[in-house]
Amino acid sequence: MFETEFTPLASLAGGIMIGLAATLLMALHGRIMGLTGIINGVLPPLSPDWAMRAAFLAGAILVPGVAALFMQGIVENPVAFASPAALPVLVIGGLIVGLGVKIGSGCTSGHGICGIARLSPRSIVATGVFMVVTAATVYLTRHVF
Amino acid sequence: MTQQTKLLSAFLIGGLFGLGILIGGMANPAKIMNFFDLAGTFDPSLIFVMGGALVTTFIGYRVVFARLPQPAFEPAYDIPQSRLIDARLIGGATLFGIGWGITGFCPGGAIPGLALGHADVWVFVAALVVGVLVGRRV
Repeated sequence: MFETEFTPLASLAGGIMIGLAATLLMALHGRIMGLTGIINGVLPPLSPDWAMRAAFLAGAILVPGVAALFMQGIVENPVAFASPAALPVLVIGGLIVGLGVKIGSGCTSGHGICGIARLSPRSIVATGVFMVVTAATVYLTRHVF
Repeated sequence: MTQQTKLLSAFLIGGLFGLGILIGGMANPAKIMNFFDLAGTFDPSLIFVMGGALVTTFIGYRVVFARLPQPAFEPAYDIPQSRLIDARLIGGATLFGIGWGITGFCPGGAIPGLALGHADVWVFVAALVVGVLVGRRV
């Protein structure tokens, strides 16, 4: 129904780029690359270093947007995209994700990548929990209900 | 280091992150959901993204901490010190997992999708922002 192409090489390359970005953010700015914290810091009341976080987000939005435009002319289907969730589910899901990552102090990037790379016990536990819960949720919504 | 240099650096690092998400296929919610759908249309790509990112960061952090007593642009590293495993951590991660499972969007996957021309991403991110603001009061 929503089959997607298995892309091991592209996904590995993408993962290495994400890891390089996390390494550079630590080496230059001394920060964990956690999207939850970065987003939280640009919402009022602003964090003292909000401008640096806003610059990170601007790059994370604009650079892929421009890259996708260039890829358009080269490959037929540059960026595969399908959002299976209906509108009300997206709204409820967005609220739950925002609430969860704020309360749990992190998401896939902050806990799943940077936290585990530091061998933080909190991040290892949080990542284990959200990976299992996500798998259970997908199973229940796709195969049970 | 001038403020402009710091901002340009953050912009470029954000761009590298966003490109990694895009090329890795993680801006596509269907691909995320298929990773978790072991019993259905399984697509193992996500493990290559997380694995590649984790191994690179694991090695990268060790090199950085061994070579640099302080980060290039700041007086000190700013790293979370808490080791507390409590109900907030578990509850928050559980809520996140439910939301990730029903939408296929996580914060890092959604942000780089904002300029790709899909209204769904904006709806999700708007709701995410409200959720974070509510979460501050919990």
